[in-house]
Amino acid sequence: MSDQAESKGPVVFTRHGVAHGIRTALPLVIGTFPFGLVVGVISDQKGLSWLETVLMAALLFAGSSQLLALELWSDPAPIMAATIAALVVNIRMAPMGAALAPWLDKLRGVKLWGSLAFMVDHAFALSAAEQRRGGRDAGYLLGIGVTLWCFWNVSVGLGHIMGAAVRFPAGHALYFAAIATFVAILVPLWRGVRRDFWPWLLAGFLAVLAWKAGLGQPWPLLIGAFAGASLSAWLELRRE
Amino acid sequence: MTLRPDVLLAIIGMAVATYLCRAGGYALFRALRPPRYVEVVLQHLPGPIFMAYAMPALAAHGWKGWVAAVAVVAVQYASRSLAAAILVGVGAMAGLGAFEAWYLAR
Repeated sequence: MSDQAESKGPVVFTRHGVAHGIRTALPLVIGTFPFGLVVGVISDQKGLSWLETVLMAALLFAGSSQLLALELWSDPAPIMAATIAALVVNIRMAPMGAALAPWLDKLRGVKLWGSLAFMVDHAFALSAAEQRRGGRDAGYLLGIGVTLWCFWNVSVGLGHIMGAAVRFPAGHALYFAAIATFVAILVPLWRGVRRDFWPWLLAGFLAVLAWKAGLGQPWPLLIGAFAGASLSAWLELRRE
Repeated sequence: MTLRPDVLLAIIGMAVATYLCRAGGYALFRALRPPRYVEVVLQHLPGPIFMAYAMPALAAHGWKGWVAAVAVVAVQYASRSLAAAILVGVGAMAGLGAFEAWYLAR
């Protein structure tokens, strides 16, 4: 994997890479838009103004932590509890930046810390897949992130305006769009049975087990992800 | 169009915490230069992280979730189009839900 990637030359950051990221991200909006609408509707129900709602969306850009914060919202605003909730839910993103180090190590200043500011799960997964294909343009990560960020703000703002008008019932099929996005993203990440079968199975199994045991997020995610990645790393190092 | 100070403080607190999560992992990695094993684990994280995210979510949807997931994977594999895969997933979920409702009401 690494020798193939390194043969393609140095890492760059170009407008072309950003544009490639934007084109890749557009279909992902199908998955994020309904989620954003829901976050907007709930923000309205919790008494947040439109400005507060959109500000939260723009500065956080992390749907699940916004939802969790709104669940425990109170009057006056729960500053400490909301901050801790954001930390716990979003801690899953900490290893993502480190995993993209082959790209990020070559960036400096605004390009580096700005790319990280817009990084979300989809952008990370697709960039990791691009990196494995030998892609050397780190602008890809920012292109995906910024595109999703724009539509995220629009969808949350729209949701707040629509207020009670868009109330999809709890089990509505539209909610499946977010999960379907991640299931689809798994396909380009797959590198074959020999390398991925057991690690992926372990990751999924342990995550389901932890979830069944009643552990809340991010625990099932972190337990499954690190167990699977550890097994995968062990298998690779054993082969060397 | 109000912006209350307590709400603003909560938003800023959450935003700082979230940025620390986004950038902090990489900053630590850069500062500490971890051993090779840790580096290899991080390189192998993408697949497992999305398996660990998707599997409990699918399990929560029961049999319909698994069937819809198979449809998503098949369409993504065949078409390489994320849009097609996501739409088919939502369509499958809606269709299976309607089927279940019909079957139970029979």
